[in-house]
Amino acid sequence: MNDLSLHILDVAQNSLTAGAGRVELTVCDSGDIRTLTIADNGCGMGPEMLARVTSPFATTRKTRKVGLGLPLLKMSAEQTGGSLSVESREGQGTAVTATFVLANIDCPPLGDMGGTMQLLVQQSPGVRFIYRRQTGKGEFVLDTDEIRAELDGVPLDHPEVLAFIRQFVNENEKEIVEVHQ
Amino acid sequence: MKSLAELKAIREKAKDSVIMRHENPNNIRVVVGMATCGIAAGARPVLQAFLEEVQKRGLDNVIVTQTGCIGLCRLEPIVEVYVPGQEKVTYVKMTPDKVGKVVANHIVNGAVVDEYTIGSAQ
Ligand SMILES: Nc1ncnc2c1ncn2[C@@H]1O[C@H](COP(=O)(O)OP(=O)(O)O)[C@@H](O)[C@H]1O
Ligand SMILES: [Mg+2]
Repeated sequence: MNDLSLHILDVAQNSLTAGAGRVELTVCDSGDIRTLTIADNGCGMGPEMLARVTSPFATTRKTRKVGLGLPLLKMSAEQTGGSLSVESREGQGTAVTATFVLANIDCPPLGDMGGTMQLLVQQSPGVRFIYRRQTGKGEFVLDTDEIRAELDGVPLDHPEVLAFIRQFVNENEKEIVEVHQ
Repeated sequence: MKSLAELKAIREKAKDSVIMRHENPNNIRVVVGMATCGIAAGARPVLQAFLEEVQKRGLDNVIVTQTGCIGLCRLEPIVEVYVPGQEKVTYVKMTPDKVGKVVANHIVNGAVVDEYTIGSAQ
């Protein structure tokens, strides 16, 4: 995965598979640290599964029921000097938090977050997605419930609405992005 | 800042043309594998290219959807095309560049693009 928005797209799929009705995604830059969170109200995991998803790449790979998504995000975060943590409660939900050190040469760019939001909504228009983006220069929020309220029955996965979602995120991103050396 | 006010125009325009796409059994379905392996191999721009191409051509009978792992990770990005009454066609190692041809030849004109199919990759 060569940018963070692809990781987020992948990790958010876990929330959808877990049957979440609400998925909150946050990308917050504070000083030199970028924190991603993907939090859902899906089925959650028991302690045993939780221990396995956070264990290192090499060991999880041998475990048949565990995939690659979270280990890849963990590797990517740790390569920059950051970290990954997962909190989960069965029947309540899951929160994945990853931190990245922005100045590190291995820190991937954020990428097409608008595209990620567009495709999540396209896949699951009935789910409430809330994307919060914050930098030292400002912040914005995309909340699909707010969009739905404006649409008066036009479906969220209408092609023009999807195109709007992508533009909304990517254009607002440009206004608050900070250039890091 | 871009605001939600723009949705008003989209809403007014779309309201007249909202078709119940999802209910027609004669629809053509395009399914893109979007599991970790697919995303890592470049499935997102492929899916975006299908959405754009279908919208640009106004193909109201085509539904683009996402699925999980199709189970052939080394051939990702994988796209399956289902035309009602015909056998499924599986395109492998897709790129956004190949999408235009699949849409024009296969989806619009009914001619499978053999060179991109799983058959010619193996
Ligand atoms: N948000 C979540 N809610 C419930 N279970 C989760 C969640 N995220 C991950 N899991 C569990 O952890 C497993 C591993 O996730 P991941 O590393 O993304 O691989 P994969 O999605 O390919 O299985 C999932 O199969 C699932 O059982
Ligand atoms: Mg996953």
